[in-house]
Amino acid sequence: MAAETTPRAWPAAVPLLAFVALAFGIPAVALLLGAFTVTEPGTGRTFLGTANLAESLRGNYLTTLLGSVRLSAVVAALGMLLGALLARAVVTSSSAVLRGAVLSASGVLANFGGVPLAFLWVATLGNSGVVTTAFGLGESGWSLYGFWGLVLVYMYFSVPLMVLVLAPALEGLRPQWREAAESSGAGAWQYWRHVGIPVLAPSLLGGFVLLFGGAFAAYATAAAITGSTVPLVTLQIADALTGDVLIGHENVALALSLDMVVVAGLVMAVHLPLQRRSSRWLR
Amino acid sequence: MVAVTPVLDAPRELAPAGRRRVRVWRGLALGLAAVYFLLPLATSFWFTVHNERQGFSLAPYPRILAAEGFGTSMLLSLGLAAATIVVALGLTLPAMLAVRLGAPRLRPVLEVVCTLPLVVPPITFVSGIGTVLRSGPDLLATTPFWGTLMAIQDERFPLVLVLAYVVLALPFVYRSLDAGLRAIDVRTLVEAARGLGASWPYVLLRVLVPNLRSAITGAAFLTLALVLGEYTVAALLGYRTFPVWIVTVAGSEGQLSVAVSLLSLLIIWLLSLALSGAGAGRRRSS
Repeated sequence: MAAETTPRAWPAAVPLLAFVALAFGIPAVALLLGAFTVTEPGTGRTFLGTANLAESLRGNYLTTLLGSVRLSAVVAALGMLLGALLARAVVTSSSAVLRGAVLSASGVLANFGGVPLAFLWVATLGNSGVVTTAFGLGESGWSLYGFWGLVLVYMYFSVPLMVLVLAPALEGLRPQWREAAESSGAGAWQYWRHVGIPVLAPSLLGGFVLLFGGAFAAYATAAAITGSTVPLVTLQIADALTGDVLIGHENVALALSLDMVVVAGLVMAVHLPLQRRSSRWLR
Repeated sequence: MVAVTPVLDAPRELAPAGRRRVRVWRGLALGLAAVYFLLPLATSFWFTVHNERQGFSLAPYPRILAAEGFGTSMLLSLGLAAATIVVALGLTLPAMLAVRLGAPRLRPVLEVVCTLPLVVPPITFVSGIGTVLRSGPDLLATTPFWGTLMAIQDERFPLVLVLAYVVLALPFVYRSLDAGLRAIDVRTLVEAARGLGASWPYVLLRVLVPNLRSAITGAAFLTLALVLGEYTVAALLGYRTFPVWIVTVAGSEGQLSVAVSLLSLLIIWLLSLALSGAGAGRRRSS
């Protein structure tokens, strides 16, 4: 019966697969080929080799790659901690209105990034920002355009994202577990150490890698705020793509892109199984 | 649960002092969060309406509409968003239905294909696209594809951006539709409709799509938000979409760019309200 009503279903999937092969596959192959195509400085002759990749892991290029990893790690760690505290405060609150408001605001802010976010913070804490001038922060050495400025700005979408990831998991913590722990003589610290954190671990770690990936890939916010005062791999690639690069080194940007894909791939390889696991947990 | 109930009284006796501490702590956390998240909004608004010479003035807001480049860049972004939504849904929905109706072995393939774009940060994707657009003309100069390559880069409506945005939107569209399809029994609906003599287009448009309305709206909203906010790909390929315009205008008109930024946050907020409203309406009616 089923075979009669749905004679051949698979052709309906062909357009999507063909589209991805074209629109995603061709740029991906071009990126790979370019990253491994080395141009000999003197003759202009090209051949396949790993010189670009080796160069992308040296000197200034390595600095930008490590700068991005460091920024993303700090953002993810702080975002996880503060997001968890905020989510806990919201979930345990008895006011349903407050919970609804915070969760829907988180939904909006987690999707808010890029250029507009940068300008809101520049208007607030930039060199001529309202808060900066009102409190004379400029003289006391404050600058939005450095590493910690970026951390502060990235928190604006990272913390809400963590709240969204963690709120369902926190709601899954049964009050009975807490009560059982307390009646067996466990204090708050022991309860979290042995019950709370282990149950939340997949969500916490999943949120951490999600935040890391988001901060690692972010380009627009950083470009609009700092120009390129903070060494970040996305800014370095953009500089190279828009022509600010030595002759013969164009493909190093592609090698750098490939490095980024590897890091992002590792991040997703951690995230996806965790996501599956935590969604099974909370069913 | 019954076993736990008798011991409930013991912890309650300890509660008042602990509960007060928890309340203070929770108030502090919420207060700090409120300051952090609301301060930039309030100060940005102040920044746009106040200046040294004129004092208070709402002038930057009406000026947005008249600003040079606002109309064209906004229309371009909205057009790209519409095209992206149509193409992404038009490609993904049939494929996902096929997986559920008769090709379950394709499911992992589809899952991988629709997750892959998450692994690729937009900036690396655009460096791949840039390479193709730069080296493509030399390789294809003698073939008919050369014309195609030129056509997709048309300044007025760069199709290459639609291609890129569909790829970037795939994970969100897939997840949204997957959640919607999980909630209905596709096979039974299709077999019932086909058994009653409905044609395939009728089954798709009058039976399946209405049942997936909130999932489709969700996918469309996420895609719209993605395209309206996307800066990296458009800026590096040199197209003047809405976010690119905001950056170019910021150099000369600081107040205007902050006003536009505030408005774009407001738009995202209204869109998400409309979306959750549509979802809630759907749940009530079903």
